[in-house]
Amino acid sequence: MSQRGAGWADLMRAANGGDADAYRRVLREIAAALRPLVRRGLVRAGRPAADIEDVVQEVLLAVHLKRHTWDSARPIEPWVYTIARYKLVDALRRRAGKFDLPIEDFSETLAAEGESPALSGQDVARHLAQLPPGQRAVVHAVAVEGVSIADAAVRLTMTEGAVRVALHRGLATLARALGQD
Amino acid sequence: MRTDELVHALVADRAAVQAPLGRQVALAIAIGFAISAGLFWMALGPRPDIAAAAVTVRFDLKITQALLLATTAVALVLRLAQPGADTGLQKAVLAAAPILLIVAVVAELLIVPASQWQAKMIGSNALICLTVIPLLSLPLLAALLLVLRRGAPTSRAAAGAVAGLVAGGLGAALYATHCTDDSPLFVAVWYSIAIGGVTVLGAALGRSVLRW
Repeated sequence: MSQRGAGWADLMRAANGGDADAYRRVLREIAAALRPLVRRGLVRAGRPAADIEDVVQEVLLAVHLKRHTWDSARPIEPWVYTIARYKLVDALRRRAGKFDLPIEDFSETLAAEGESPALSGQDVARHLAQLPPGQRAVVHAVAVEGVSIADAAVRLTMTEGAVRVALHRGLATLARALGQD
Repeated sequence: MRTDELVHALVADRAAVQAPLGRQVALAIAIGFAISAGLFWMALGPRPDIAAAAVTVRFDLKITQALLLATTAVALVLRLAQPGADTGLQKAVLAAAPILLIVAVVAELLIVPASQWQAKMIGSNALICLTVIPLLSLPLLAALLLVLRRGAPTSRAAAGAVAGLVAGGLGAALYATHCTDDSPLFVAVWYSIAIGGVTVLGAALGRSVLRW
């Protein structure tokens, strides 16, 4: 646990220095570590485990947008898990009034998912469709089609700076929209 | 959307990182304080005998308590806005200003004859104190809440309340230079009520404004 925490901290420090590979790795590792936690939280609250990836993605967005609140001299694990707990509690509260099935009906799904996790969520895609067209086009190109900032700029006939701004605003808007779901 | 696709977008956005929260909070306080001080200067200004007052213990204590409350509250609110940060020390230190006030009140009760206690406590400016401190605190509270939105407070009401203590403390420090009621008995009652009001307002606003 502490070994992994030190690893995350090193990766995050490298990421803050601009290292894309380190950032990709730490985000993936955080996502992987969160899944069992989120699953337990959802199951305990009687929510469908199908929501796991939505919560994981919401936490990843928060980790990304709030990473200036991590003091790089401190351990990173308490920071990550506190964010995750906050987002999980928030997600459960928001979903509390919504349609729900008894957990028994999902026992099969749960088992199946354990074997091959469906690492895909619904919420981000749904809110992506609500973004202003410019932000939506940029986020879609960079995320879903996986093109670079430079390629997105050429394809959308925008400057790279405008692409960066639209991407960041789009992600911030997505995070806000997810929180108000 | 697949999580890996989202990760790709986050990685592409890695250059967009905000300044450390401490620096942002410092800037917010500087701006909020400048506005409050400007309003204070235009509307009231310091008392005419401030030079003479500044060498009296009671006046100095009043200012010290207000500034001590504000600085200890800043330290705590910064921690509250950083997920997982340890707040134990900052919460303990927050007691410094109230303890100093209690010590001052006890000393005043020992020094001043009982027949004057009531007059000292009621003072001459209680209503102005209760009005002006919250008003001077509002620009600071607004600036702090705006910047704390960029933080990640997991207890939103607590973060808002402590932001209220910062704003109330600084607002009180400004007003204290105008107010001629220097007795700790006056400060303990009326300043506390005024700052308490700002704190409650901060908690109420924080609960909704500081969502993230």
